[in-house]
Amino acid sequence: MAWSPQAEGDRMIINLGPQHPSTHGVLRVILELDGEEITRLWPDIGYLHRGDEKIAENMTYQQFLPYTDRLDYLAPLANNVAYAYAVEKLLGVEVPPRCHVIRVICCELSRIASHLLGLGCYAMDVGAMTVFLYCMREREKIMDLFETLSGARFTSSYIRIGGLANDLPPEFVPGVRAFLAELPAGVAEIDGLLTRNRIFVDRTRDIAVLSREQAINLGMTGPNLRASGVDWDLRRAHPYSAYPDFEFEVPLGSVGDCYDRFLVRLEEVRQSRSIVLQALDRLPAGPWYVDDGKVFLPPKTDVLTRMEPLIHQFMLITEGINAPPGEIYFSAENPKGELGFMIISRGGGVPHRLKIRAPSFVNLQALSVMAVGHLLSDMTAILGSLDFVMGECDR
Amino acid sequence: MWTDPAILEWIFILVKIIVIFGLVLSIVPYTVLAERRICAWIQDRVGPNRVGFQGLLQPIADALKLMLKEDMLSNHVHKVVFTLAPALVFMPSLMVLAVIPWGSAIGPMTCVLSDMNAGMLFALAVASFSVYGIALAGWASNSKYPFLGGMRSAAQMISYEVCLGLSLVPLFMQTGSLNLSAIVEYQTQHGWLMLYHPVACFIFITSLFAECNRTPFDLPEAEQELVSGYNIEYSSLKFGLFFLGEYANMLVASALVTTLFLGGWSLPFAPFNAPATVIWVGLAHVGIFVAKVCAMLFLFIWVRWTVPRFRYDQLMALGWKVFFPLALVNIVVVAVIMACRANL
Repeated sequence: MAWSPQAEGDRMIINLGPQHPSTHGVLRVILELDGEEITRLWPDIGYLHRGDEKIAENMTYQQFLPYTDRLDYLAPLANNVAYAYAVEKLLGVEVPPRCHVIRVICCELSRIASHLLGLGCYAMDVGAMTVFLYCMREREKIMDLFETLSGARFTSSYIRIGGLANDLPPEFVPGVRAFLAELPAGVAEIDGLLTRNRIFVDRTRDIAVLSREQAINLGMTGPNLRASGVDWDLRRAHPYSAYPDFEFEVPLGSVGDCYDRFLVRLEEVRQSRSIVLQALDRLPAGPWYVDDGKVFLPPKTDVLTRMEPLIHQFMLITEGINAPPGEIYFSAENPKGELGFMIISRGGGVPHRLKIRAPSFVNLQALSVMAVGHLLSDMTAILGSLDFVMGECDR
Repeated sequence: MWTDPAILEWIFILVKIIVIFGLVLSIVPYTVLAERRICAWIQDRVGPNRVGFQGLLQPIADALKLMLKEDMLSNHVHKVVFTLAPALVFMPSLMVLAVIPWGSAIGPMTCVLSDMNAGMLFALAVASFSVYGIALAGWASNSKYPFLGGMRSAAQMISYEVCLGLSLVPLFMQTGSLNLSAIVEYQTQHGWLMLYHPVACFIFITSLFAECNRTPFDLPEAEQELVSGYNIEYSSLKFGLFFLGEYANMLVASALVTTLFLGGWSLPFAPFNAPATVIWVGLAHVGIFVAKVCAMLFLFIWVRWTVPRFRYDQLMALGWKVFFPLALVNIVVVAVIMACRANL
């Protein structure tokens, strides 16, 4: 259906996206401009809609896990983790400590990767191309680390319900340590190029200010909410996984403008680094999966030699995990904000309904509040500072 | 017969035209290559290094690719203006180069195509022509993003044109001439004008960045905002001319800075601080000039890959509220100093 908003008076309608270089994927925003000032805007989403929630109703819990990679595809492991915890909450299963800590490491590395890309794109959107390349260089090292985990760089699907795909490979921990040793220099470079850069500060300070109340009313989560000064981080507010064991700070902004959103992300990269370092120091030994054949696939050697594991394997593959009836909601602090999974189960291996609360979708609501009254050039800074992913928004 | 001075004069002019064209058409593509290599170096990348040794044939490949592209002419464009605009961007830069002395003398031939008395005025006047090309391209494209780009460029150029001219007034007051050759010769005797007029030099170079649409002032094309601004609708050689024009403008800007502030073809020691009497010194002067221009080009490239982009209103504020008063104050200060010196 063709939908074309009409401009008022001598204003101009301009179409930003879905193939515009700074809409990060396929967001389309229709702008009404008075000169270069934005007077009204209509976001148009759905270009990346794949029906993920419906797909989930047609496959077992484990089969849906790779689909979660494609939600916020800049932090696939964090999505995996959130989904796995959601299903485990439904099943009433608690994974062993080693698994918790490894999941925390995966989440925080994903957060660093996602924030690096977010900051880089943000910088590129206001014209600083070089910072983007520096960010990508650092992020590349994380991608290499993820590759050692599961063989895939991007959509790694390393997490399993009730455990992990495999234990950490031996080269992973030294690799992470080496990366974390190099990271501060990379972050300092980004910091040095932008934080006190007069042009960058002029472009972002007092742009698209979102007050505390507005941010809460709009349901913002993640760094975008914290930049407005709201101390809300699910890792601390609703502790899950091994997060209560680690010390970290939750950086907060004071104004809630684009500049604060930049600063908050930059600081979160440093905090995530500290969490990963603590996790590596305290990585417990022991099993990395739930030793329950009804939840987690038994080892292959047992399947080939013993009867019970063989039956478990057969049942898990053909019918899935037999979940009890019930409704649960679990949300995790993802790089983009609160990623929540609402699962309604009527028993059996397939969810009756699976609802995904995507932070990017909710955060994008703020666009019309933020952008009106600013200039067309600010639009790129605002989009960059919101740091959304359309894969997650459109689902 | 060919030693007849009149005929010799014509031969020299032909040679100079060929040299200038040659310089532009060879330096410009290689500036593009240099930009890509330097940018890659700044960004920890490799850059184009596959076509020929270290990518030295890349510009030829790029030019061939552009020529072989389909030349699209949409139905909604204003065809005459649309076709004329790229040429309008490119031509002024060549015309400005005519008055710039790119050396002292090689044998009996002076190294400037047209030794005009009002050379600098001519250069300023002609250089402002390129804004017409961009504004008209944006207008003739009859499309929204190019239109915004064209509007931005017109506003930007007008603002910075003023500062550009005003920043040079102190130079003319000191040298007492608008002739670029005379300005260079003044510098051979008294030292580079950059040392006398650092403020003017700063305003002039910054305004040139704006004139050339280079980051942080590349608003007319602002890739992330206007996608590519005024040249979206262009393809093939017409686009190539815009591209060529942008870099040619950069070359001209560098040549102007070199001539006005960096002593042109001279170096502050013998035998390079006086017009050449022997051929090898004359050739060395050309080399010095080219080297200085290249250094300036490097500055252009370096800045582009280091800083973010201004916003439209910030750029105007900078031009009108900072540089414009600064240039005026600079004129007064220089005038006062000169008057004091003359009377003491």
